[in-house]
Amino acid sequence: MSQVKKFLYVNRKAPYGTIYALESLEVVLIGAAFDQDVSLAFIDDGVFQLAKGQDTKGLGVKNFSPTYRALGDYGVTKLYVEKEALAERGLSEDDLMPVTYEDENDGFAEKPSLIFVDRAEMARVMAEQDVILSF
Amino acid sequence: MKLSILVNEGPYTHQSADSAYQFTKAALEKGVEIFRVFFYHDGVNNGTRLTVPPQDDRNIQKNWSELAEQYKLDLVVCIAAAQRRGILDEGEAKRHGKGDGAANIAPGFRISGLGQLIEAGIEADRLVVFGD
Repeated sequence: MSQVKKFLYVNRKAPYGTIYALESLEVVLIGAAFDQDVSLAFIDDGVFQLAKGQDTKGLGVKNFSPTYRALGDYGVTKLYVEKEALAERGLSEDDLMPVTYEDENDGFAEKPSLIFVDRAEMARVMAEQDVILSF
Repeated sequence: MKLSILVNEGPYTHQSADSAYQFTKAALEKGVEIFRVFFYHDGVNNGTRLTVPPQDDRNIQKNWSELAEQYKLDLVVCIAAAQRRGILDEGEAKRHGKGDGAANIAPGFRISGLGQLIEAGIEADRLVVFGD
């Protein structure tokens, strides 16, 4: 298994209400150990996974949103967010939590992990992948 | 062509559980190699031996078990997803103190980690996802 493939995890569902978002994140974290070229995509209701200020107290469900901010430490630094999905839900880039990583090739400078792309660009990102896991 | 299959939905609830089986069976009958079938999310429920569907209906779990036996197919149930949903093998049942006879993993299935899904993606030419 020496080959490196491009893996894309496509997140399409809201963070709570179904378990897809949480269990997708679990695959991403385990998969990070395999030294593959990993990206995440957030489309449809999946953009809510990155919403700022998530509070799950009333739901009685664990708030796992801080995990996204730790992805950089796992070498997962490319989170593509679809602009149209945000706009259709009345969200802007400022409504999302800041997700950053430390670039070890650039003096550990802190850089943003969120990459905002339009629908056509997202299609191109998908077309470049070897493996797409859709959750 | 070597394929891996990911099954994300439970039996009798969602078409994708049936579609995954029918696709896998058709591929095998055409001589396509299936590296692994991985069950995740509610898909792990395809691997319990305790399902008892009505006699005039298909038996999805049994279908998978028979396919596994016939083609030496590797059916892997995600351990983290399985534990949440009460799917246990003997070792896990014992480890969690669930008592003798609690193991309910169906014949031909095995429980293992998510790394097996990543490996399935790396090793196969295509990973085919069946989900909602």
